[in-house]
Amino acid sequence: MATDNSATRWVGPLLAALLALCVGSCGFNESNVAAGNRDGVFHFGNGTEPQSIDPHVMSGSPEVNIARALFEGLVTRHPHTMEMVPGVAERWDISEDGKVYTFYLNPRARWSNRDPVTAEDFRWSLHRSLHPQLGNQLAYTLFGIVGAQDFATGRNTDPESVGIDVLDDLTLRIRLNNPDPYFLSTMGTYPTYPVHRATVEAHGQWTDRFAQWTRVGNFVGNGPFVLSEWKLNRRLVVTRSETYWDREKVTLNAVVFHPIESATAEEKMFRAGQLHFTQLVPLSKIPGYQAMDNSPYQQHRWQGTYFLQLNVRRDPLDDKRVRQALALATDRQKIVNTVLLKTEVPNSALVPVNTPGYQSPPAPDYDPQRARQLLAAAGYPGGEGWPGMEFVFNTSENHRKIAVVLQQMWQEALGISITLANQEWKVYLDTINEGDYTLSRMGWIASNLDPATYLNIFTSESGINRTGFSNARYDEIMLELAPAEADPEKRNALMREAEAILLEEVPLLPLYTYNSKHLVQPSVKGAPPNVLDVQNYKYISLDPAIPVWKGEG
Amino acid sequence: MTTEVITDITEAEQGSSLWHDAWLRLRKNKLALFGGITLILFVIIAILTPWIAPYSYETQNLDLGATPPSAAHWLGTDIFGRDLLTQIMYGGRISLAVGFVATSVALIIGISWGAVAGYVGGRVDAAMMRFVDILYALPFMIFIVLLMVVFGRNILLLFLAIGAVEWLTMARIMRSQVQQLRQQEFVEAAISLGLPPSTIIRRHLIPNALGPIIVYTTLTIPSVMLLEAFLSFLGLGIQPPQTSWGLLISYGAETMEEFPWLLIFPGLALTLTLFSLNFLGDGLRDALDVRRSKD
Amino acid sequence: MWRFIGYRLLQAIPVILAVITVTFFLVRIAPGGPFDSEKAVMPEVKAALEAQYRLDQPLFSQYTAYLGDLARGEFGPSFKYPGRSVNELIGAGLPVTAELGFYALLVAVVIGGLAGVIASLKPNTAQDYIPMTAAMIGICMPSFLLGPLLVLVFGIHLDWLPVSGWGDIPGDKLLPSITLGSAYAAYIARLSRAGMLEVMSQDYIRTARAKGLPEWQVVTRHALRGGLIPVVAFLGPAFAGLLAGSFVVETIFQIPGLGRFYVQAAFNRDYTMILGTTVFLSTLIVLFNLLSDILAAWMNPRLRAQFGEQ
Repeated sequence: MATDNSATRWVGPLLAALLALCVGSCGFNESNVAAGNRDGVFHFGNGTEPQSIDPHVMSGSPEVNIARALFEGLVTRHPHTMEMVPGVAERWDISEDGKVYTFYLNPRARWSNRDPVTAEDFRWSLHRSLHPQLGNQLAYTLFGIVGAQDFATGRNTDPESVGIDVLDDLTLRIRLNNPDPYFLSTMGTYPTYPVHRATVEAHGQWTDRFAQWTRVGNFVGNGPFVLSEWKLNRRLVVTRSETYWDREKVTLNAVVFHPIESATAEEKMFRAGQLHFTQLVPLSKIPGYQAMDNSPYQQHRWQGTYFLQLNVRRDPLDDKRVRQALALATDRQKIVNTVLLKTEVPNSALVPVNTPGYQSPPAPDYDPQRARQLLAAAGYPGGEGWPGMEFVFNTSENHRKIAVVLQQMWQEALGISITLANQEWKVYLDTINEGDYTLSRMGWIASNLDPATYLNIFTSESGINRTGFSNARYDEIMLELAPAEADPEKRNALMREAEAILLEEVPLLPLYTYNSKHLVQPSVKGAPPNVLDVQNYKYISLDPAIPVWKGEG
Repeated sequence: MTTEVITDITEAEQGSSLWHDAWLRLRKNKLALFGGITLILFVIIAILTPWIAPYSYETQNLDLGATPPSAAHWLGTDIFGRDLLTQIMYGGRISLAVGFVATSVALIIGISWGAVAGYVGGRVDAAMMRFVDILYALPFMIFIVLLMVVFGRNILLLFLAIGAVEWLTMARIMRSQVQQLRQQEFVEAAISLGLPPSTIIRRHLIPNALGPIIVYTTLTIPSVMLLEAFLSFLGLGIQPPQTSWGLLISYGAETMEEFPWLLIFPGLALTLTLFSLNFLGDGLRDALDVRRSKD
Repeated sequence: MWRFIGYRLLQAIPVILAVITVTFFLVRIAPGGPFDSEKAVMPEVKAALEAQYRLDQPLFSQYTAYLGDLARGEFGPSFKYPGRSVNELIGAGLPVTAELGFYALLVAVVIGGLAGVIASLKPNTAQDYIPMTAAMIGICMPSFLLGPLLVLVFGIHLDWLPVSGWGDIPGDKLLPSITLGSAYAAYIARLSRAGMLEVMSQDYIRTARAKGLPEWQVVTRHALRGGLIPVVAFLGPAFAGLLAGSFVVETIFQIPGLGRFYVQAAFNRDYTMILGTTVFLSTLIVLFNLLSDILAAWMNPRLRAQFGEQ
C-alpha cells in the first residue's frame, strides 16, 4: 500500500523545486551598460558565435570585429577620417611606379608576451595566410603580391618565391604585380594580420586549422586588447593590453562581445540596458527610433550593393531586351520608400553611390512605358506568351518583402507573372553556384573603397559571376587595362566604361546601396558611423556621466 | 462481468446505433455543437474564399502600407497595403488543409502502428517501437530539407512530411492505451471467443482508446499548424505570396508593438479554430464513451 | 524487471547504429556543403579543407572511419568551428539545455497536472472550463510569440526579470523555463484530464466510493495512478520535443544550449556536429522513452504483475 500515495508524495518535492526556481530567480541587478560605463567595459552585440579568432582562418564579420581588437596590421584605418594611418608600421614608402611598398616597423611594437614584433613575423604570417594547406578562404585578396597566386595554388611550393622581403628586423618590402592604389588598405585587413610564430608552432603545425593556440591562456596577439575569456555562445571578453605600443591611447578596459543572432532579441537587450552597441536593428522598429528625440539609432551609407542576378543563359532572360525591360520596370525609389521604410539608398548601378573618387555612369530611370515597348519587341507584348520565371532568394524577411513587391510591380507594369521561391541558405548557395536559377538575389559588401571590388565580380574569370555574362571588352578592361593603370583618374575612367557595359547588358539588376544601422548608447564616444562600418576600439571611450538609455524614452 | 462483455460486443457490432446514440448525446452538448458549427463555418468560408474575399490577396497598395482596421479594410492592412481579412481567409485555406490532412496522415499511421504493436506485443512490438525510436532521433530539419529538394516544393508533400513526423507520438500513446486495454476482461473474453485480432483491434481496442486519441488529435492539429508556420518561416514550406495563419502570426509577432492588429486577428482566427476543435473533441469523447453510456 | 531493462538497453544499440547510419548518409545527400560560401572559394582551398576532414576519401571509408572514431568516444572536429571538437561543443551546450529542459518539464508537469486533475474532478463546470481554457491558450501560443511577449512585459515594461542569458544574472532562468514549459503544460493538462475522466468512470473507483472513502482519498489513492498513465507515456516524447524545441527558446533568450548548436549545425552543414548531436540526442531519447515505459508499467498494476512473473 505504500506505493499508493506515490503520486501525492511527488507533488510536494516538485512544488518545492518550482518554488526554488522562482525565489532563486527574482532579484534586481545593475544593467551591463550602467556597470560598463563606470568600469570602462564596452558591451558589443556581435551577431553569431565567432568561428575562429585565427585571422588566417576566419572569414565573417563577427570574427573580424574581434580580430580588430586582438591584432594590428602594418597600417590601420582611422575610424573618423577613413584614412590609412600607422599601425605596426610607423611609416612607409611607395616606389615611383607604385609597385614596391617598404614598411618601417615601430620599434616599440610588442606581442602580448612582450616579444618584439618584427618584419620576419609579418613575412612568416603572410606566407601562412597564403599557404594552400591552411585553406584560408581570403588568400585571394593578397594575389596582388608577386608570386602570391602561384604559391597559394600550389604551383610553386617555395615561400621564398613570394615577393615579401625582410630587409632588417624592422623593415619589410612587398613587391606587387601591378600598381594597386588600394594596396595600402589591403595591408590593414585581417588576412595580413601577424600571428606569433612560436605560439602557433607550440600548438601544432603552422598550417593546422584545428590548433589550440587561439584559446584563452595560449593566445598571443599584438593588438590593443588581449583575449581573457571565451565562453561558447555566451561571450568573448578582451581586456586592455599591457604591452601594446600605443596603450596610452586606449581608454576602454575591456570589450565584451555578445553573440546574438536575432535582431529582435538584440534590440530587446539594448532596451534593457544590456548592450552599448547593436549589430542590427529590426526594420519595423526603425521608424519608432527615428521619431525619438536623442535617438540612439545611427544610420550611415555603407559600401554595399543589393542586386538581382539575371541568368543570361536561361529563357526568357537570354534576351537582352527582356532584361532591360525588367530593369526599366523596377521602381527602386518606391521599394525603398515603402517596404524598406527609407532605410536604404536607391541605386541603379553596381558600385555603391558616393564611392569616394568614383562616379558610376548614368543608368536609365524608371520608365514602364519604354519597358513595355522592349518587352513587346522581345515577343511578349503586354506579357502575352510570357513563359514564366522563378525568382529564388534565401530566407530572410527583407528578401521576402522585396520579392513580393517586385512580383506585383512587374505584374502591373509589364503584365508578366513570376513565381517566388525562398530557399534555406546552403540550398540557395548550391542553386546559384550551379547556375540552376533564372533570377536570384545577392548582396555584396566591400571592405575597401575600390570600385574594382564590385566590377571584378562580373569578369568571365570570376568565381562568383553566376549570371553567365561574358563580354570581351569588359574582361579586357577589368583583367588587363585597369590593373596596369597607375593613374587613378584614368583607372576610374576605364572602370566607368566597364560599368556602362554592365548597365547596358543587364546581367544584374541593382536595387540599392546599403546603410549600416546600429543602436548606440549615448555614453559611447569615439564610435562615429562610417562608410565601411568598422569600429576601432582604440578610439572608443565611455562617459560615465551620461545615464543609461532605456526604452520608453 | 460476462454479460457486460456481451453487451459491449453487440453494441459495437450495431455500429449505426452506436453512432446514432453518440450523435444524440453530442447534440445535447452546447459547447461541442458550437465548436462543430464554427469549424464547419470556417471550412465553408475557406472553400468559398476565392469568390467571397473582399479583395485580391496579391494586390498591394504600397503607398497605403500598414493601417489599422477601417471601414474599407475591416481588419486593417499589412505592410504591403494588402487587406488583412483577405489574407486571413486565404491563410485559413492552407492552415486548415495542413491541419486536417497532416493530422489524418498522422492518425492513420500512428493508430494502426501503435495498436498493432501494443496488441501483438513481444518481439513485433519491440521491433516496431524501435523503428519509432529511430525516426524520433533523426534530424528532422535535414529530413525536411531533403524531401523538399529531392521532390520539389509542393504543398501536398509538406503535408505528408509533417504527418510523417507527427504520427510517432500518436503511435506511442495508442500503444500504451492498447497495452492497458488488452488486460481488461472484455478484451480477454473477446480473445477467448476466438475473434480474429484485426476484429478485436478494430471493434474493441480502437473504440475504447478513442478518448485519449481524440484529445491528442485536437492537440496535434494546432501543433501541425504551427509546425507548418515554422517550416515556411525557414523557407522550407509554402512560398510567398501564399500565406497561412501560422505565417501571419509569426510575421505579426515581429511587429507586435508597431502593428498589433497584424498579430491579434490571425491569432484570433487560430485560437477560435483550436477552441472549437477542443470543444468538439471533448464532446465527441464524451459522446462516444461506451462505458459511460451504459450509466 | 531488471531483465526487461537490460533487454531494452540491448535493443537500443541497433537503434542508435541505425540512426548513425541513416543520418550519416542523409546529411551527405542534402544539397549544399559545409564550405559553400557566397564568396568565391578557390579549388585549391576547397581541396585542402576537404582533405583535413577526410572528405576526399570514398564515402564508405569515411563512414567506417567515423564509426571507428565513435568507438573511441571521438565525435571529431567541427566543420563550422575549427579548433573545437564536437565533444567540446556538446559538453558546453548539454548541461544548459538539460537544465532548461528539466525546469520546463517541471513547470509543465506541476502546472499542467494540477490543472488537468482539478478540471477532471468537476467536468463541465467552471472548475473545468477555467483551467482548460488557460491550457488551450497555452497550446495556441507558440514559443516564438510567448517568449517575446513575456520579455516585453516582465523584462522591459515592468523591468522585473532579465531579458536574456542563462545563469549570468539571477532570475534569467525563469522566463525561458516558463516559455518552453507552457506548451507542454497545456498538453499535460489535457491528457491528464482525459485520463482522469477515463479512470473515474471505472468500476474500481465506484467500488472505492462505495466503500465510503472520502472523494480526495479516492482521487489520490486510486484514480491518480491510472489517470496519469497517458501523461507518463507522453513524458518520453515530450522530453525529446523539449530538446529539439529548445532551439526557439534558446534563440529568443540567448541561451548557450545544445538546441541552438543542433539547428545551426543543420543549416551550416556541419557534418560532424549534426552527427554528434544526433547520436547523442538519440541515445538520450531512447533512454527517456525506456524510462517512461518503465514508469508507465510500474504505475499499471496488471503490467507490473506481468513483469514480476518474467
